[in-house]
Amino acid sequence: MSSTMPSSNNIAQARRTVQQLMIEASIERIKVSKASADLMHYCGEHAKYDPLLMGIPASENPFKDKKPCAIL
Amino acid sequence: MGEMDTLKKEADGLKAQIEAGRKAVNDTTMATLASGVAAAPRVQLKNRKTLKGHLAKIYGLHWSADNRHMVSASQDGKLLIWDTYTGNKVYAVPLKSSWVMSCSMAPSGNLVASGGLDNMCTIANIKGASPKTLRELDAHEGYLSHSRFLNDSEILTASGDTTCCLWDLETGKQKVIYKSHVGDCMCLAVSPDQNTFISGACDSSAKLWDIRDGGCKQTFIGHTSDINAIAFYPSGTAVITGSDDCTLKMYDLRADQEVNGYQDAALNAGVTSVSLSSSGRLIFAGYDNFNCNIWDSLKAEKVGVLSGHDNRVSCIGVPDDGLGVCTGSWDSFLKIWN
Repeated sequence: MSSTMPSSNNIAQARRTVQQLMIEASIERIKVSKASADLMHYCGEHAKYDPLLMGIPASENPFKDKKPCAIL
Repeated sequence: MGEMDTLKKEADGLKAQIEAGRKAVNDTTMATLASGVAAAPRVQLKNRKTLKGHLAKIYGLHWSADNRHMVSASQDGKLLIWDTYTGNKVYAVPLKSSWVMSCSMAPSGNLVASGGLDNMCTIANIKGASPKTLRELDAHEGYLSHSRFLNDSEILTASGDTTCCLWDLETGKQKVIYKSHVGDCMCLAVSPDQNTFISGACDSSAKLWDIRDGGCKQTFIGHTSDINAIAFYPSGTAVITGSDDCTLKMYDLRADQEVNGYQDAALNAGVTSVSLSSSGRLIFAGYDNFNCNIWDSLKAEKVGVLSGHDNRVSCIGVPDDGLGVCTGSWDSFLKIWN
C-alpha cells in the first residue's frame, strides 16, 4: 500500500510517538543489580508477616470452617 | 512525505537509545542474585471455602479493603457481594447488561463498579436499603475491561478503545484520558501511593502513567502477545504482568526493564489473572488450563498449584491483610485458599 501524501493525521500521530519516546528515553535508570537487591530486601523484610508464606494457625484462620469437637 | 520519513527515523533512533540505556544498566539477572536466597517453602494451600451462587462464567472479583467482603461479576447478569468468612451472599446487584467483564469495590465499601461489552462503567451504591445505580459512565468507544476506584469520587477504567480514563463520580464526566496504547487495554493496577497506575494491553506492552497529569512515563516491552493481567509489587517499585504468551514478567520501574520471567516449557496456556502475597514473594497466576500456578517471584520457580476448578481461572485476588487468595472461574465458583 503506497500513499503519495500521508494524511495530516498520520503526521500528528508520528509526532506524538516521537514526543512520547523522547520522554521515555530521558529517564534515569538504576542498575538491575541494585533494583533486584532492593526487591529481595523488601521480600525478606516482609516475609515474616506474610500469612501465605508462613502458614496460618487454625485458631487465627477466618476462612477455616470451625467444627465442634466432641470429647469422647 | 519527507516529514514522515524524518519522524520515523527519529522514532527508530529513540527506540535504539532506550534499548541501549536499558542494556547499560543490565549488569546481572535477578535469578543470579536470588540463587543465594533460601527457597520459599513448598506452598500447599487448602481450599477453605467454595462460594456458590453464580449461574454462569465469573469474569471478575475484587476484595473489599475490609478483608472480609468481596464483589464478583458473572455473565449471569449479577454482581454478588459476599461475606467470605461465612460464605453468605450479602447483596445481589442486577446488571442492565449481562456482558460484564470486570468489577471493583471502592475502598470505603460503599460503591461497586461493573462494565463490559456495553462500553459503560456502571457505579452502584450498595449501602442503602437496596443497591441503587449511582452513575453510568458512558464515553468509552470500546468495551470496559477493568476498573479500580481511587476513592468514592474517582475511578480509573481501562477500555478496548485503547485508552484508560479517570472519571469524576460527582459529575459523571471524564477528568483525564490516558492515550498511548495501540491495542485494547485489558487491565490496570494502581500504585500503593496512588500517584501512578500501570496498564496492560493487546499491543503486548505495559505502560506506567501519572494519574494526575495523564502522561505516560514508561513503556515496558518484551511480551509477545496480549497482556491480560497486571499487578504492582507491594513495594511499589516493580510490576508483574501476565500474558497470552503463557508467561509472566516482572518489570522494575527504576531499572526500566524486565528483571525476571516466569515460564515453563510445559505450560502452553495463557495467563488470565495475577495477584501477589503480601510480601510479594509469591505470585498467584490463573491460566486458561483451569489451574492457578504459584511462583516464587525472586527465584522464578513454581512452588505450588491450586487445582480444583473445572474451567478457566478468570480472576484472582489477595485481600490487603494477605490472609488468603481467592480464585474465580468460568465454572461459576469462587474458591478461597490458604
